[in-house]
Amino acid sequence: MLIRPFGINEFWIIVMAAQWTIALSAIAFAGGGVGGLLIALARVSDAKLPRLLATGFIRVFQGTPLLMQLFLVFFGMNILGFAINPWIAAAVALTLHASAFLGEIWRGCIEAIPPGQREAATALGLRYVNRMRYIILPQASRIAVAPTVGFLVQLIKGTSLAAIIGFTELTRQGQIINNATFSPFMVFGTVAAVYFVLCWPLSLLARRMEVKFSRSTTR
Amino acid sequence: MYNFNFEPVLAGFDKLLLGAWVTVQLSCAAMLIGLIVSILCAAGKTSRVAPLRWVIDAYIEIIRNTPFLVQIFFIFFGLPALGIRLSPNSAALVALVVNFGAYGTEIIRAGIESIQKGQVEAGTALGLSKLQIFRYIIMKPALRTVYPALTSQFIYLMLTSSVVSAISADDLAAAGNDLQSATFASFEVYIVITAMYLIMSIGFSAIFSMIERAAFRYPLSR
Repeated sequence: MLIRPFGINEFWIIVMAAQWTIALSAIAFAGGGVGGLLIALARVSDAKLPRLLATGFIRVFQGTPLLMQLFLVFFGMNILGFAINPWIAAAVALTLHASAFLGEIWRGCIEAIPPGQREAATALGLRYVNRMRYIILPQASRIAVAPTVGFLVQLIKGTSLAAIIGFTELTRQGQIINNATFSPFMVFGTVAAVYFVLCWPLSLLARRMEVKFSRSTTR
Repeated sequence: MYNFNFEPVLAGFDKLLLGAWVTVQLSCAAMLIGLIVSILCAAGKTSRVAPLRWVIDAYIEIIRNTPFLVQIFFIFFGLPALGIRLSPNSAALVALVVNFGAYGTEIIRAGIESIQKGQVEAGTALGLSKLQIFRYIIMKPALRTVYPALTSQFIYLMLTSSVVSAISADDLAAAGNDLQSATFASFEVYIVITAMYLIMSIGFSAIFSMIERAAFRYPLSR
């Protein structure tokens, strides 16, 4: 049995694995951004069916563990006849997860816009698409920035669960190095530190924007 | 076309129920102990001793900016290096308490900040002791104000607790892993477990709103 010490090499292998964590987070965030916008729009729609579907989607994804969502996509791909691929399964599951959470966050932001804005836009003859695009969404997006950055932190942390279905990102790389070096204290300390370096600036940013925003809106 | 086979899941359903019961126990215990940790930390953050405030701030920031999976690996695999060896179930409980404590502290602190200063001054004027003021004038209304935030944090804690299956604690997700590797009916097992988690989170939401209606009947002042 070969046990190698935890040295500078092992440290860099773990740090470099963060690129997969970042890539997975970026894909899920981009996909979740598109999905979340659709969910949010469906959730505030005038038609009943899209509203019901979006509400159900949000309920299910906010009421079940992310780990189970990952497992279901992972094994579900096999049932649908695709080869099992942890990378794709993780990207799909996290995208769906992000869509539900961003959809719920952005619904709140859209509903926070005073109804008079929408009525005025309708009175000026703007149809749904233009009303959303030029009147409602630009205002809602200002409110949305801080909680969205806050959710990004949650999403980055969530990508660690991809390690359980075998995708080699930061946490999984830590497990692999730990199996070779048997120094869990150093290994998982390093892994935690890398996540902290990724997440903390975003948390601070989210908090600062929140304070700035609440100052600009209270008179 | 894939043939769904739920028979092995039904055959092992008693094990899943047992796992669900462990998940409920684990979450409730973590919530109660975590709430005590949160109240202590929130009280500590109002302390005049600066190093104490720094330690609490560091604790909150570290826990909130690292994944739960890494925290539990650190506690389960890393702490034995310091001579602290925990069984999977106790490591799971410790990790959940530590995790909930960090989020809970922020929630409780927000509640304490919502108490107006005049209330505390009125308490002092009435000759209440410091502990009495903290308990009756600060904590009681503060807890009521943050009750909705605390309950949704509890649901989140229960869902997060599925991650403790990664160190093979005895919770619902771990019971599912066992059943999955014994039957190979992977999708069927996990769809049933996911449904069980969904039922638990809907159930707990319902219980919490019942408690809210029963316990907080007197009007909320603004």
